[in-house]
Amino acid sequence: MAGASEKKILKPLKNFPMEEYINSGHRACQGCAEVLAVRHVLKAIGPDMILAMATGCMEIISSPYPLTSWNVPWIHVAFENAAAVASGVESGLKALRRKGRIPDKEITVLAMGGDGGTTDIGFQALSGMMERGQKVIYVCVDNEAYMNTGIQRSSSTPFGASTTTSPAGKVHPAGQMTWKKDMTAIAAAHGIPYTATACPSFYTDLIKKVQKAKEANGPAYLHILSVCPTGWRIPPEKAIQYGQLAVDTGVFPLYEVENGVWKLSRKAKALKPVTDYFKGQGRYRHLDEKLTAFIQEKVNERWERLLKLCGVELQTEDQA
Amino acid sequence: MGRKVGIEVSIAAADAAALCDVDVVAAYPITPQTHVVEHLAELVASGHLDAEFVPVESEHSAMSVCCGSVAVGARTFTATAAQGLALMAEIVYIAGSMRLPLVMFLSNRALSGPLSIWNDHSDAMMVRDCGWIQVFCEDGQEVFDAIIHAFRVGEDPQVSLPVMVNVDGFVLTHVIEPIEYWTKEMVQKYLPPFQPVSRLTPEKPVSMGAFGMPEIYLEQKMAHNVALLNSRPIIEKGWTELAELTGRKYSAVETYKVDDAETIILGMGTICSTSSLAVDKMRAEGKKVGLVKLRLWRPLPSDDLRRVLAKAKDVVVLDRAICPGGGNAPVTSEIRAIMYTEPERPRIHCMIAGIGQRDVTPDDVCAMVDMALSQSIKDYHIYGVRG
Ligand SMILES: Cc1ncc(C[n+]2csc(CCOP(=O)(O)OP(=O)(O)O)c2C)c(N)n1
Ligand code: SF4
Ligand SMILES: [Mg+2]
Repeated sequence: MAGASEKKILKPLKNFPMEEYINSGHRACQGCAEVLAVRHVLKAIGPDMILAMATGCMEIISSPYPLTSWNVPWIHVAFENAAAVASGVESGLKALRRKGRIPDKEITVLAMGGDGGTTDIGFQALSGMMERGQKVIYVCVDNEAYMNTGIQRSSSTPFGASTTTSPAGKVHPAGQMTWKKDMTAIAAAHGIPYTATACPSFYTDLIKKVQKAKEANGPAYLHILSVCPTGWRIPPEKAIQYGQLAVDTGVFPLYEVENGVWKLSRKAKALKPVTDYFKGQGRYRHLDEKLTAFIQEKVNERWERLLKLCGVELQTEDQA
Repeated sequence: MGRKVGIEVSIAAADAAALCDVDVVAAYPITPQTHVVEHLAELVASGHLDAEFVPVESEHSAMSVCCGSVAVGARTFTATAAQGLALMAEIVYIAGSMRLPLVMFLSNRALSGPLSIWNDHSDAMMVRDCGWIQVFCEDGQEVFDAIIHAFRVGEDPQVSLPVMVNVDGFVLTHVIEPIEYWTKEMVQKYLPPFQPVSRLTPEKPVSMGAFGMPEIYLEQKMAHNVALLNSRPIIEKGWTELAELTGRKYSAVETYKVDDAETIILGMGTICSTSSLAVDKMRAEGKKVGLVKLRLWRPLPSDDLRRVLAKAKDVVVLDRAICPGGGNAPVTSEIRAIMYTEPERPRIHCMIAGIGQRDVTPDDVCAMVDMALSQSIKDYHIYGVRG
């Protein structure tokens, strides 16, 4: 199976845009798949966009005054308000277009935040933006912790991951003791036209989803698992592989919710064991068999629930 | 000439913003600001104002929406008070440093806690150093004119700064006053279309809100400070041209009977109306008392203040915010600071009054002046505290 997906990824993508909207020379760590996610999202949208970005790794690596990595109009105001700033951009453009003060041309408004900036401190602003129905694509680049400030836990940090504020210890052997907040489902519950999960390890899927989000008639939410070698304590060259494993083990399934209809993005094949994914990640090094079994059980349970929501049945190996 | 109407000041303020043809209004309700945004929502809903009304889920988002809309070149207005300002304070500072010229109506209200919906200046003082142009109004006409003036000055490419129009909650926001409305033609003549210095557009991508490393942060702060200081002539020009259109001449520092005054009362906002009555009363008793109304709080008109105050023997500052644990109160501390270097300087007395809308009458002002002159109050006095 891994072989199959690898082959797919190596296949050159037709019409893959050559333009770069975030320049190289930024300060991201080696192997950072968060900046890769950003790069692909921007390519999928094209030049006619305005990007509002939250404070976090992606902002810090790209914009030490007077330098900038951005080839698209870009604004950063604060940590928790990318969705609100984007709302302002969208409303402003709408009024100016209607009044004939700017060209009557579609401009995609994109907001971006990390998992902290989205699922914690920016949760309210995001909910407001979605509830108001503002035509903004909100992208959460989820590296599963506050990386910019030194790997502190967020509500998107998975159960069992050790971070600097959820360290594994005698009292809390698991590290993070809470289950990852299901932000995608929460976004979908707002009744917005398009919600999806994605991962740059599956970049054709990611690009397709961004383009769907762009066409959506209202707010769209994309939750992108963004492997962070620094925070996950893995070798930089393994980032893409760990993204694949997260998906193949069902830890981070790829799916979309289009106008209320749930759809699995890949064939529902048997999952790889979560241990395949945990192996080699420093943040999971402390997990014992019992904790791993607990996580496996929960992953299975959630996977089955997702399949049900998507109305699909598990395919056996030979069916696939 | 515009027509004169008897109208609630909040409604007039909203009408003034509408006359400026704002493109985006983003606000969250809080007493005593509500009438302003309700009226704007109504104007948008009824088609009288072609704008986007963004009913945000918090003041933090209100200010954030404003940042986004100004950044694309949309004329933007918001309003808030006390707790709302506290919640958006983080972004208020950033809007200043990003030089985003929005206009905010601040209906001055006491900060919690304890919770109070009533008027004082503690909210405005909390964001004193946000780097916005900040004016205080005394009556409804001033509020109306100040909003149009605010757009004109803030959006001027040489200024490009947000402007805060301070309006005393309830005592001014909720009163009905005769206000001369501007005609559409007057506003069009006075206020050019908003042409931002730079805007977010795919045609010419710019990056806004880059962060400041230690080797550049100071220069960024300095540039902002210089921009604020340099806004002064543009503010004056805006007032001069406003006078040509309306016959009403405003200035940064306004005086009443100060020419031969030995004692000068200094205040901001509606307490100045009360104080002018107190001046008349004391004058009738043969006391040489005058009044200075400080309209422009930021940038502080230090030279004008020095010129006016230097001649007096005593200055009684009526401060409308408490500075717990501090040496005096916000306005007094500025006045003491700018007068300190003068070779001849008056004694400067700090009277804190009207906190949480504790009533201040002309008699109270007279009493405060008497106290200041007759008792040796060193740092400050909080007037009217019981028990
Ligand atoms: C109001 C506020 N609180 C805290 C911070 C400090 N801070 C900046 S970025 C950040 C974490 C960002 O985490 P996340 O959103 O997950 O993005 P990442 O850096 O992981 O990409 C924190 C806590 C801040 N800038 N503003
Ligand atoms: S800490 Fe992680 S997310 Fe941040 S730049 Fe480095 S690799 Fe990327
Ligand atoms: Mg993160």
